[in-house]
Amino acid sequence: MGDFRRLLGLLGPYRKDIIIACILILVETCFELVIPTMMADLIDIGVANHDIPYMLAKGGQMALCALLALATGLAYARFAARSAYGWGARIRKAQYEKLQTWAFSNMDNFETSSLVTRLTSDITVMQNAINNGLRPLVRAPVMFILGVFFSFSMNSELALVFIILTPVLGIVLFSIVRAVAPLYTRLQQTVDSLNGVVEENLRAIRTVKAFVRGEYEEEKFSAVNGSLYSTATKTNSRACLNLPFFQATMYLCVILLMYIGGSMVLSGQLLVGQLTGFLSYVMQVLNSMMMLSNVFLLLTRSLASAGRIERVLEEKSALAEKPGALDEVPSSGVELRSVCFKYVEDAPEYTLKDISLTIEEGQTIGILGGTGSGKTTLVQLMDRLYDTTSGQVLVGGHDVRDYSLHALREAVGMVLQKNLLFSGTVRDNLKWGKEDADDEELWQACDMAGAGEFLRRFPKGLDTDLGQGGVNVSGGQKQRLCIARALLKHPKVLIFDDSTSAVDTATEAMIRKELARLSGVTKIFIAQRISTVMEADRIFILDNGRLAGQGTHEELMAGSALYREIYDSQIKGGTL
Amino acid sequence: MPRIVSAKKPKNLGYTVRRLLSYMGRHKFSLLSVAILVITSVLCNLAGTYMISPVIDNLVSGGGMPALTRGVAVTAVIYVIGVISALLYSQIMAYSSQKIVYDIRKDLFNHMQTLPLKFFDGHKSGDVMSYYTNDVDTISDALNNSFSAVVKNGFQIIGTMTMLVVLNWRLSLIVALSYACMFAYVRYSAGRSKEYYKKQQRSLGELDGYIQEMVAGQKVVKVFNHEKANLAGFDERNTDLQAMGTAAQAYASTMIPAVVSISFLTYTIVSLAGGFMVLEGLTSLGALASYLVFVRQAAAPINQFTQQSNFLLSSLAGAERIFELVDMKSETDEGQITLETTDTGWAWNDSGTLIPLRGDVRFENVDFSYDEGHPVLRSVSLYAKPGQKIAFVGSTGAGKTTVTNLINRFYDVNSGRILYDGIDVRRIAKDDLRRSLGMVLQDTHLFTGTIRENIRYGRLEASDREVEEAAHIANADSFIRRLPQGYDTIVYADGANLSSGQRQLLSIARAAVANPPVLILDEATSNIDTRTEDLIEKGMDRLMEGRTVFVIAHRLSTVRNANAIMVLENGEIVERGDHEELMKQRGRYYRLYTGMFELS
Repeated sequence: MGDFRRLLGLLGPYRKDIIIACILILVETCFELVIPTMMADLIDIGVANHDIPYMLAKGGQMALCALLALATGLAYARFAARSAYGWGARIRKAQYEKLQTWAFSNMDNFETSSLVTRLTSDITVMQNAINNGLRPLVRAPVMFILGVFFSFSMNSELALVFIILTPVLGIVLFSIVRAVAPLYTRLQQTVDSLNGVVEENLRAIRTVKAFVRGEYEEEKFSAVNGSLYSTATKTNSRACLNLPFFQATMYLCVILLMYIGGSMVLSGQLLVGQLTGFLSYVMQVLNSMMMLSNVFLLLTRSLASAGRIERVLEEKSALAEKPGALDEVPSSGVELRSVCFKYVEDAPEYTLKDISLTIEEGQTIGILGGTGSGKTTLVQLMDRLYDTTSGQVLVGGHDVRDYSLHALREAVGMVLQKNLLFSGTVRDNLKWGKEDADDEELWQACDMAGAGEFLRRFPKGLDTDLGQGGVNVSGGQKQRLCIARALLKHPKVLIFDDSTSAVDTATEAMIRKELARLSGVTKIFIAQRISTVMEADRIFILDNGRLAGQGTHEELMAGSALYREIYDSQIKGGTL
Repeated sequence: MPRIVSAKKPKNLGYTVRRLLSYMGRHKFSLLSVAILVITSVLCNLAGTYMISPVIDNLVSGGGMPALTRGVAVTAVIYVIGVISALLYSQIMAYSSQKIVYDIRKDLFNHMQTLPLKFFDGHKSGDVMSYYTNDVDTISDALNNSFSAVVKNGFQIIGTMTMLVVLNWRLSLIVALSYACMFAYVRYSAGRSKEYYKKQQRSLGELDGYIQEMVAGQKVVKVFNHEKANLAGFDERNTDLQAMGTAAQAYASTMIPAVVSISFLTYTIVSLAGGFMVLEGLTSLGALASYLVFVRQAAAPINQFTQQSNFLLSSLAGAERIFELVDMKSETDEGQITLETTDTGWAWNDSGTLIPLRGDVRFENVDFSYDEGHPVLRSVSLYAKPGQKIAFVGSTGAGKTTVTNLINRFYDVNSGRILYDGIDVRRIAKDDLRRSLGMVLQDTHLFTGTIRENIRYGRLEASDREVEEAAHIANADSFIRRLPQGYDTIVYADGANLSSGQRQLLSIARAAVANPPVLILDEATSNIDTRTEDLIEKGMDRLMEGRTVFVIAHRLSTVRNANAIMVLENGEIVERGDHEELMKQRGRYYRLYTGMFELS
């Protein structure tokens, strides 16, 4: 419930709309309650007395009330819809903003598919709570209070009957709601795992087809589908118990009233007309309770969603910015002091072990090492994608944690190993590097990155649509576009994480030659091919998370057996 | 980006409803019993309420205590039956509605598996996810709440109408007219808000896709300080969804107040008209009073009816999208020839005639383009004899990957043909064709599960021993054993806990366990460091023995050992031959090869 209340705090300007909507429901309910009494007057007084003007007057009043009810109803529809969807959009935005501030360790606490559900279906559930719940939530108490009031004023002895039964019904309905609430949470978890299977399947569809695993995937889906089926039936079959229980109580109430009331009529304590009137009020009271219980079920379901949304909003970013952080990186030197790092706190082994190294301003650096030796991890610390477990990373002479994230990442550019382009045109993607870049700048960067050559062959050039994840270009072309995007940022430190692996050697050599012209920029290349780093000012060799050697090509050839081994294997094998 | 929600068939309501009904038809018995039980429960409710008046009449006419007890007892029995039917139908409905949704989800997923790759190229995964997360959900909600409500209220409306006509047919004309107005309004506004609902679902799908893409690309977003710009893109879609949702809901929620008001107006007119009829002596005051009670009762079910049609509406928009996907054409497979295991190995079964599978692949004048007007391959001819290793070399985008995509029929040639052991690949059943080809794709996709399960993906019936042997061949064994839980370590879909080199090793192991006669290796070794690659190479040599291999590699050693090297440029084979021949030619290949030494 606390989660829900906190989310209501996000209503903002729509709080007013909700209040107006509630008032409109109250007014509408009043009109509805007034109309039957007017009708009674029309019949009992007008018709009985053959008073035609009175009849017409009452008829006119009724019609007016009906029209007023229509007007308030229509106004309510507008305000309620506006507040529900406005609220939903605000929650969604709050979540998305939060997500943008997260570190990757935060991201790892949620799965992608579950994050997407939290931003879409969970919010739909919250909106439905308002769309379908607000009206009965306001009407039911009004009906309840008026019903109790009228029935007591009619006959307080009879009223005792349902005063006893009402709490019984209340307890039953409440315990159903309580039993069902945790099931809704489980239901949502099952939905998440089903979505996870679909998502994996979509991502790996080529693998699925290549291995003819359609049937296997169907079985896998069938398993999660089946468990969703059983959880959903369990939840719904319990939730819908409230209708028969309600009916049972209501009917019991009616029967008791008929019997007790009937006896009272027989003994002359009650009039027949009072009994019928009383019964109709009892119905009204019990109906309003049913309405409330339905609203509570709806709310229970939305509570599970509210909780899931709240978890996202609560998650604290693991990368905190210091107050008064520096917003300018003065120079392009990089230094690591006894850096140790592991991704998960309780991992048995460190990914990086006690690494210290110094990179001078403007140097070209190569980093070599085997699979899993920690190369990618190492450079990601320089951009503060992760924080060190112990030790310090310095860029431009200051600890990376002393800068604002924005300043640090403006200064340290990186072409990631997992290259990603986004849906949109080439131009849209390149402008990630520099928002206001003109065509000349774009082409210049593309030419440096070796992308100009193929872009010019595209009929639409920079306006070529890349499709989702850049499916319309080959792997090598994608890498070159990613390099161009990073160049447009004009960073002080530029890191290439194995980012030319799919580019052919001739193009790669050309790109490297172009990059060499960038003076004053510290360039760090992670590479598999020794030819990529041979000319570097300094080469670092990583082995299983440790710094296993450093120096120039010549120094390492003379001093590092590991380096010689790599060199020999590549030159003998030859790398295209 | 083209979307499945096309404007082609905007008002195919009838078709969608028929399709949905056919799903419900599988539960004929359950739904029929639900209908009967619902009607029983309504009847009991009406009868119980009706009993009140004779019981009270008895009191008035002096029936005394025994009559009262009898009357109350009869009412109690009626009510008990009513409660039991309500209990039963709600339980049955809870089960069958979920079964229907289960079936729809199953058909949706299973059909999706048969769609051609073109579909997945053209649709964002977020859009496709939206079928499962949003569209199926609305159907499920509608079935849960609306089916029994519609039967119940429909029956109540009919019952009340009958009572009205019996009581006073003249006044009933007015009521009938008002009912007609209500339904006309509901129909009209239903049509209108359905359009909005569809737009709303579309915006939701778009937002879904955006979030998915940005969450997946979080690292790039951060490296480029793009959080703010991202937020703007999100805002735009979020606002769009808000506008569509508000419009749809504002429209839909006018239904209830409109119907309520029409019913009040009817009430007013009937009261007045009835009053005049009393004055004219056409009916009695008492009869008018009870008639008016029924008119007032009639409003409630119509109200409910319209409310439920709200749910049904949004679910129909969802159902329409789902059926559009289910109706999409599957990957065509006119192939008849199947793969069989014989004593001597695998063989093609061409309607009874067995042709041994040898792994002889020929391209004859193959032309291909992904979109019309952009040819990717032009008149490509090549052959690979059984056991030969064919290497493709060329700049990125030259069409190397496309060649391999055609062999396994991810796409079909535009003209020319591909022969596999002398058979046109289009005559071979796709599944069997692909089963005979091992693939190591450019990107390694892992599934959530253990390492063992991921390797076994290559051949489901492989034993633990065979899985480990395959891992050994791919040299994945040593790193796997170093993992905390060894082969039982859980990996996640995005493989965040493995390096890309390790992922690729798994992909190779996966192909090794499949043990196919023909292998396609697509740039498989480019991301693995040289030391690891050396080890892989040795394992690969063992694996490639006796198999036909198509390889797209960056490593010269792999290429140098190939029986034939194809140099591709702009979709054409510009040079072919073995290493020595091509070096002598001093052409494109020579330049590529020597390019490396220029660098040093």
